[in-house]
Amino acid sequence: MVAIIINLIALILFLYSYQKNKKKSKMALKKALMKGLKLAPQIIMIIVVIGFIFAFIPPDLIRNYLGGEFNLLQVVVSAAFGAVMMIPSLIALPLAGSLIEGGASYTPVAAFITTLTMVGFVTIPIELKELGKKITIYRNVLALIFSIIIAALIGGIM
Amino acid sequence: MSKNNDNQNKDKKPNIKDGLSKLLKVILISIIAFVILYFFSKSRADAAVDMSFRYLKEMIIILPAVLVIMGLADVWVPTSLVKKYLGHSAGIRGKILAIILGTIPAGPMYVALPLAGELLRKEASLSNIITFLGVWASLKATQIGVEIKFIGLKFSMLRVVFTLISVILIGLIMERLIDVDKEF
Repeated sequence: MVAIIINLIALILFLYSYQKNKKKSKMALKKALMKGLKLAPQIIMIIVVIGFIFAFIPPDLIRNYLGGEFNLLQVVVSAAFGAVMMIPSLIALPLAGSLIEGGASYTPVAAFITTLTMVGFVTIPIELKELGKKITIYRNVLALIFSIIIAALIGGIM
Repeated sequence: MSKNNDNQNKDKKPNIKDGLSKLLKVILISIIAFVILYFFSKSRADAAVDMSFRYLKEMIIILPAVLVIMGLADVWVPTSLVKKYLGHSAGIRGKILAIILGTIPAGPMYVALPLAGELLRKEASLSNIITFLGVWASLKATQIGVEIKFIGLKFSMLRVVFTLISVILIGLIMERLIDVDKEF
């Protein structure tokens, strides 16, 4: 659905642009193609890495680590899982829900979800190229720190 | 997509060839990696292929359109406009716009990152762009819906509020620490 809308928007914008200025529109397509060619190999690499990480750290493994009694190491491990992995929310969130139902504490589960979304370990190669070393490092380190603070706050309130 | 390719190939330099050969190499390496994994463990290979294909599908159906939109934005949207609405002087409005842009469901982070780079080059402020990236990564409406369903409303609302505050703070902190003009 989302994909259809985005493709439709792209098509409409392009047709409108083409009517207004053919040359500019061709230039835009050329830029899109070049950018795509530059990005595609990296994205494919990332997609492969995501698959491999998922194969070696399956949801069951996460369940084992996060399911037991609450301790600080759990929070660290779940934050590490979250930072390294990139899994669709349709898999991650039901997993998190089942963990809590199974008696897991909110803090590690929250740490897993916040780092999963905020810290992008696998996308760092692209981030480095697009935003530079300094921004990439600061952004991810700060995101990791804030993720853990958020997890502690949620754990405390829930 | 193939039509576009045909159009472009005529007036393009070896650049495209380099890109294509690199792409081919990466695809080949990927296939080899999966084959090796398959011999190592069939079940792990199945899981890996399953997950990778999920993202590959998303990439194929969304990325070309996003790239075209980005290309069009690049030639039509002048720096002054980006500066006005997302730059330092945009104030709270810039923040709100960054947050709204972040919620657009146009794919994973690897779509947002090039977009962020483009906006920075057009003089959007670093704090707005960092907020945009943070929202893109963690505050998608679809994700929040699933989250409420599986974990609960209270948890989700707490996470949304704290995350929103965090990504704005991270943006402000980074703006203090980093001189963007030096980076770009």
